[in-house]
Amino acid sequence: MSEITTGKANLEIFGETLLEEGKKNSNLIVVTSDSRGSGKIVPFGKELPDQIIEVGIAEQNLVGVCSGLAAGGKIVFGVSPASFLTARSLEQIKNDVAYSDQPVTLVGISAGISYGQLGSTHHSLHDYAVLRTINNLTIVSPADNFEASEVIRRAVSFNKPLYIRYGKKPMINLHKKGSNFEIGKASIICEGNDITIIGTGETVQRAFLASRILKEDGVNAEVISMHTIKPFDEDALIKSIKKTNCLISVEEHSIYGGLGECCASLISQAGYNTKFKILGIPDEYMINGSQADVLDHYDMSPEKISDISKSLLNQ
Amino acid sequence: MAKNTDYLEKKSLEYRKTVLEIIYNSGAGHTGGSLSCVDILNVLYNNFLEITPKNFATKNRNRYIQSKGHSVEALYTVLCDQGFFSREELNTLNNFNSHFIGHPTKKVPGIEHNTGALGHGLSVAVGLAIAQKLNKENFKIYTLLGDGELSEGSVWEACSTAHKYKLDNLVVIVDRNKLQITGKTEDVNPIEPLNEKFLSFGFNVKEIDGNNIEELISALEEVPFKTNIPNVIIANTVKGSGVSFIENQISWHHKVPSKEEFEKANLELESQLKSYE
Ligand SMILES: Cc1ncc(C[n+]2csc(CCOP(=O)(O)OP(=O)(O)O)c2C)c(N)n1
Ligand SMILES: [Mg+2]
Repeated sequence: MSEITTGKANLEIFGETLLEEGKKNSNLIVVTSDSRGSGKIVPFGKELPDQIIEVGIAEQNLVGVCSGLAAGGKIVFGVSPASFLTARSLEQIKNDVAYSDQPVTLVGISAGISYGQLGSTHHSLHDYAVLRTINNLTIVSPADNFEASEVIRRAVSFNKPLYIRYGKKPMINLHKKGSNFEIGKASIICEGNDITIIGTGETVQRAFLASRILKEDGVNAEVISMHTIKPFDEDALIKSIKKTNCLISVEEHSIYGGLGECCASLISQAGYNTKFKILGIPDEYMINGSQADVLDHYDMSPEKISDISKSLLNQ
Repeated sequence: MAKNTDYLEKKSLEYRKTVLEIIYNSGAGHTGGSLSCVDILNVLYNNFLEITPKNFATKNRNRYIQSKGHSVEALYTVLCDQGFFSREELNTLNNFNSHFIGHPTKKVPGIEHNTGALGHGLSVAVGLAIAQKLNKENFKIYTLLGDGELSEGSVWEACSTAHKYKLDNLVVIVDRNKLQITGKTEDVNPIEPLNEKFLSFGFNVKEIDGNNIEELISALEEVPFKTNIPNVIIANTVKGSGVSFIENQISWHHKVPSKEEFEKANLELESQLKSYE
């Protein structure tokens, strides 16, 4: 098996890429809500002070201001913790960005349970679910450093409402050199015929590590990074389950309304009778702990994913 | 029983030691904002709130909601001292499956409301204050806000409601330490003239030194400042108050002390404690 290399945190890559793009284009404006430190854009603020707007701790205001800046011809990135950005400012996202069709990129930082022991106020386990129901909004959750930087480069000229979700832990490099990235097109991380393991964002690396354990036991798993949650790359998933007819989805999100239910809806309506298991955060008072401990607790450790894969295959 | 100034000043130093200890041992915490509000919590819990492990389950009592939830280490420290839970329990802070996490939750004894997202506490306090009025009860609702937090529009929506319902049983305390995460409040998003803002929203305003026990006591004794008018105390504090190298440093918002820093801070606090012997 090939050597594993670990990159930086996707959030770190986001900050670096945004700075590069900002230097190229003085029309690019970043809006923050006392969030530049956690968003890794302190260097952006230092090097391009005229391209950053600070609104203070006021996330609803932030989204409205982003909309106005976009209407005024700016390329706009609104950067704020995913939890506050997508819960508190939901109406601004719905009306002022999506419905009003303003080309704003909203960047949800420290998403999912990245904030660990800071607790549920700081977690975003709802963002795919609520944002998926908003028309005219694309949702992307990059898995590794490659996807993390590519999506920002695409976002600069995307010209449509876009939400990107970032975690803050160093990520394994999942893509080979020369890989392609396109918003709306899933990335196949490794090919296999026995079972499909689909993830999005930081859970893809867990799926990938599970596939390596499975390989040792002679099970060939196909791992998909469904970085774009909406629009969902239906063809990629259908193509894969046609081969495997067995699927596990892994997401750092509520089991309701996220990646798993996207898959469920697609495969049942397309008439497949695929063996299927959704892994995510169940509907209960969530256990407290670090991101890694919590994901492990809810059966998303690579070991547990590989165990579940085997029992699903034996069903 | 009201405690005297000397007793409370000494308590504040002990509380500061505990705040640093639990942050150092658990490896996470909001050091600056916890230290800036220690004196406020000290005076509230020891002299005014009369909230105890015994009466906590009852409804007939004062309430305290910590809207600036991130300064939970100060709250845990004071609640522990009031006997709501043991130090052993507190030492599980940030452990896997502990209820002692980086923001207040009702899973911890003595905590009234789950906070952590800024700009929520005042609305909830207003609701409680209205309920007390409707129930014809004579208790007070206290809430603590950060000054950076005042940028949230919801804070000012709640102020309007407090004014409309003449909530003289509502006591808003602003931890005016003049810093937030990114820098000075007046650079990040200016909130001055603050007194005038609260006045124009229909509040009675008292501005004090929020790290001064005597000034805290006398301001809180005067509540309600006037009948039918909600109260706000602007407590001018020093972020990181009590430890020289933490005071007024932007970087200490949620920095965790290294071993050397922890020991140095302890020495400073111990030597201040000696003067009370
Ligand atoms: C709604 C919301 N937005 C952002 C944050 C992240 N956050 C935590 S503390 C903080 C700064 C708070 O500054 P201030 O209110 O002045 O508190 P203090 O200086 O007393 O620590 C921020 C932005 C949050 N907890 N809630
Ligand atoms: Mg402050």
